[in-house]
Amino acid sequence: MIRDYSRRGVLAGTGAAMAALPGFSLAAAPATLLNASYDPTREFYKDFNRLFADDWSRKTGQPVRINQSHDGSGKQARAVVDGLEADVVTLALAYDVDAIAAKGLIARNWQSRLPFNSAPYTSTIVFVVRKGNPKAIHDWIDLVKSGVKIITPNPKTSGGARWAYLAALGYATKRNGGDMTRALGFVRGLYKNVPVLDTGARGSTTTFVQRGIGDVLVAWENEAMLSIDEVGPGKLEIVRPSVSILAEPSVSVVDKVADKHGTRKLAEAYLRFLYTEGAQDLAARRHFRPRSQAVAARYAAKFPRMKLFSIDFFGGWQRAQAQNFADGGSFDKIYQPG
Amino acid sequence: MVALAPTYGARPLAWREPSPLPGFHLAFGFTLLYVSAIILLPLAALIARPWEHGLDGFLTAILQPRTLAALKLSFVAATMAALVNVVLGLLIAWVLTRYEFPGRRVVDALVDLPFALPTAVAGIALASLYSPNGWIGGLLEPLGIKVAYTPLGVFVALLAVGLPFVVRSVQPVLQDLDAGYEEAAKTLGATAPQSFWRVVMPALAPALITGFALAFARGAGEYGSVIFIAGNMPGVSEIAPLVIVTRLEQYDYAGAASVGVAMLGLSLVALLVTNAAQVALAKRGGR
Repeated sequence: MIRDYSRRGVLAGTGAAMAALPGFSLAAAPATLLNASYDPTREFYKDFNRLFADDWSRKTGQPVRINQSHDGSGKQARAVVDGLEADVVTLALAYDVDAIAAKGLIARNWQSRLPFNSAPYTSTIVFVVRKGNPKAIHDWIDLVKSGVKIITPNPKTSGGARWAYLAALGYATKRNGGDMTRALGFVRGLYKNVPVLDTGARGSTTTFVQRGIGDVLVAWENEAMLSIDEVGPGKLEIVRPSVSILAEPSVSVVDKVADKHGTRKLAEAYLRFLYTEGAQDLAARRHFRPRSQAVAARYAAKFPRMKLFSIDFFGGWQRAQAQNFADGGSFDKIYQPG
Repeated sequence: MVALAPTYGARPLAWREPSPLPGFHLAFGFTLLYVSAIILLPLAALIARPWEHGLDGFLTAILQPRTLAALKLSFVAATMAALVNVVLGLLIAWVLTRYEFPGRRVVDALVDLPFALPTAVAGIALASLYSPNGWIGGLLEPLGIKVAYTPLGVFVALLAVGLPFVVRSVQPVLQDLDAGYEEAAKTLGATAPQSFWRVVMPALAPALITGFALAFARGAGEYGSVIFIAGNMPGVSEIAPLVIVTRLEQYDYAGAASVGVAMLGLSLVALLVTNAAQVALAKRGGR
């Protein structure tokens, strides 16, 4: 919940004051950019912002300062809609960027403005199990066995959990030859094995790792790798299911805000920089799957090839959201008695 | 002015209380402004929000089984926690005011800690204590008692956040209550329970009710400390504030405000009941 944006006003004020003084040229005033992102990207953007700022000031001679704000993806989207003046958003799923676009702050065609659906890095949903995998969990089907306790956050409140839910649903749909009723029955069985529904991905990781609840954590691959870094080797293991979902965290310039601040050029350069070799390498080090083939080849051992389907399997985010996570959607039905 | 003066003391519906202190207009104006800006306006905005789908939309939003279960959990847990806190809070206030012991000031200060602590911190601390691998949870587990990630966990969290409200309401009254009354009762032949129920309790009852109402109101709306220990299972351990957050997460502002208005209404009823109880008590006590 870091909200650094208050500094913007101070900086702008200082810049104006400096420009008014003789001897300071306007060019010396640093350009600022606010990036509203979601929680698990904290470590990545800390490094990336430094990389970009150095590159930009070397090329243009203009110093730049990037302010970062992190929170749940949906919460950030709401904050931008409600007036948080973020020049760019880097969120967990396209649905949240769509929600901002629906309010007219972002152009409707945002997803086609940058390569790879405006998702410069990807992730997927994997399992984390305890040392030695005592419950022998190798694929989605093992999760519905009786006596298996699953930890995963609530899809209603967590973007990562929505990817996890759709990963399970996609697996079950494929396995049952497209039979939606049976697929939903499978997902229902899976969530019956969930004893704690945290509100966010980090909360679930804490419940599983620190509190020792559950046999398997269904989580972002990047979050899984991070938790293994945290607790040290030998306590947890990552299990990759036979098939999972291609999670595409989306980025976009917030057109209305960037135009108001006059930061469009900078904001666009910032997002394009995410696709450069150096940034892709950084993403891979921070546990996100890179888009660049060359970087991916270097990290092939870290990110084993997996069979992944995209959100298009469900007809895009709008449909997936309406059918599964809206009021009365398939997720609500799981918890209705009978 | 002259006409107003005689109403003094007779429950006046008058505009001004005769007082030698100047500044009534300024102070009263500021009071109105402040109460409006801080309390009335936000409440009005909340109450105005849920009606975009009409009364039907409001009713469907709050009559869902999941929402009803969450409202029930929040209000029942808050009531029970406040009741327990009334008993134990009175005991603590009693010990702090009636006895001298080393470390009394420290204990006194500790009572306030739940006020100062960020609720999320309290929630995480409680969750780690009461989870099956925690200190207390580990002891309760063999007995088949599960606290963390059950409705019982909600109750425990509300006990923690509600306690200072009761202690701090009762303590000053108890401090002012001359121990001489109790001694007098004793010399007049009252047994200890008699002097407690007939001498001490009547004096304390209004403060206890205030403490109960504050602890209850806080508990019903509590979010931060509860979500970490509740488990948040829809229909089982999901609290009403979480339902509000969930709806916001779906960009369903009207639905979220509907639940908010429902909570506001329920809290208002509860506070009116406790107020009425206080008035009734005051009448009976001739105060």
